[in-house]
Amino acid sequence: MNTPNDLRYTASHEWVRVEADGTLTIGITDHAQEALGDVVFLELPEAGRSVAKEEAIAVIESVKAASDIYAPVAGEILEANQAALDAPESVNADAYAAWLFKIKPANAADVDGLLDATGYQAAIG
Amino acid sequence: MSQQTPLYATHVAAGARMVDFAGWDMPVNYGSQIEEHHAVRRDAGMFDVSHMLGLDLEGADAKAFLRGLIANDVAKLVEPGKALYACMLNEQGGVIDDLIVYFLSDTAYRIVVNAGTADKDVAWMQQRLAATGAAATLSVRRDLAMIAVQGPNARSKTWAAIPGAEAASAALKAFQAATFGDIFIARTGYTGEDGFELTLPASKSVSTWAALTAAGVKPCGLGARDTLRLEAGMALYGNDMDETVSPLDAGLAWTVDFKDENRDFVGKAALVANGTRQQALGLILEDKGILRSHQKVFTAQGEGETSSGSFSPTLEKSIALARLPLGVAAGDAVEVDIRGKRLKARVVKPPFVRNGKALV
Repeated sequence: MNTPNDLRYTASHEWVRVEADGTLTIGITDHAQEALGDVVFLELPEAGRSVAKEEAIAVIESVKAASDIYAPVAGEILEANQAALDAPESVNADAYAAWLFKIKPANAADVDGLLDATGYQAAIG
Repeated sequence: MSQQTPLYATHVAAGARMVDFAGWDMPVNYGSQIEEHHAVRRDAGMFDVSHMLGLDLEGADAKAFLRGLIANDVAKLVEPGKALYACMLNEQGGVIDDLIVYFLSDTAYRIVVNAGTADKDVAWMQQRLAATGAAATLSVRRDLAMIAVQGPNARSKTWAAIPGAEAASAALKAFQAATFGDIFIARTGYTGEDGFELTLPASKSVSTWAALTAAGVKPCGLGARDTLRLEAGMALYGNDMDETVSPLDAGLAWTVDFKDENRDFVGKAALVANGTRQQALGLILEDKGILRSHQKVFTAQGEGETSSGSFSPTLEKSIALARLPLGVAAGDAVEVDIRGKRLKARVVKPPFVRNGKALV
């Protein structure tokens, strides 16, 4: 299973990359895309929306099932990835390249509460 | 503890993603469900369906017993190997299971039932045998494996894989079967494509699967099987009908045979009394999203509900089967509630796809 060490994770299978300017780029993990199977539809949050930690803010649908995607931390949505919306299968091709949305965190320190790669691997057993 | 088919180790070795299905550890895909789906529509794919149960009913009263047990009439089967699709009903007219019956002789039938309902089916049949006193015995054939080979090239690749099979099965028409050594070859399936369903001794399943793979038949998981059958407009037990749904309301009126008015069968009185109260039709989603089962459908004639829904890899749109009020017709515009939003859909008459071609 591909779990890059430079990312942070949630137990609900989101990955989080902290950018140089402090904003967060978020997607779903390789483990999650494999469990979902072929991704065929995404519903992503609009820029400007305020989100709470662990709020269901996006939906990913594979051929098999629909799953919610949660905000890893509280903050404001900066952007959704139009390229991923146009080509949902890109999530299967490379889950870490196909980011879904960017968040400006309400509190930068909240990221410290997320799992690291080792913690995520332990969480998915 | 999940049950495993004789092909379990073969699936795991091939990298299949295994999931629990009706108490069985089954491959859902071997990588991409969509690629497996296309392989069946365009070439040839195969499915391990050994979790389904084969039953042999034998005895002087086998025919009379089946005529009373299921809603379709086995009396129309006269050629050895001829298959019939039927529903087995409860007294309320609900569907206990849908099944295939093969006529072997007037005193011998092979029945194939769903995995998830197998135990209750056998119990019900045994109860009916005892209640009717029919001179017939039911044998459970867990010693058999089943492989469905489906697609436009399924037959020719099966013949390449199993030397001698062509002579035994080339003349089979749809819904006919023949015996070749210890392999029962039926020209049936659940994908809307041509092909065979092979029933064979469990001990031969691994070598046969390997020979089919070598002949270019792509292993496919139950995920693709579901999208293929949905495109083909074929009902799935537990989704599109169950013990609370009559076959007349589930689009399966064609499997209920009322012709012989002297024939009684379990559930007949309820079907006659209730008539048809709903109709099963297809939906194509016109807005963006994915239809799933149990979504509310709003029509000019009232509310209905989806019974199966998914993404159609052939149409590249989301499709569903739905039970809708009488009076709704193909071409109607309806709305479907998906997570609280009402999205636009169009009513169509299934099937959506047959023999590789979009029909809607």
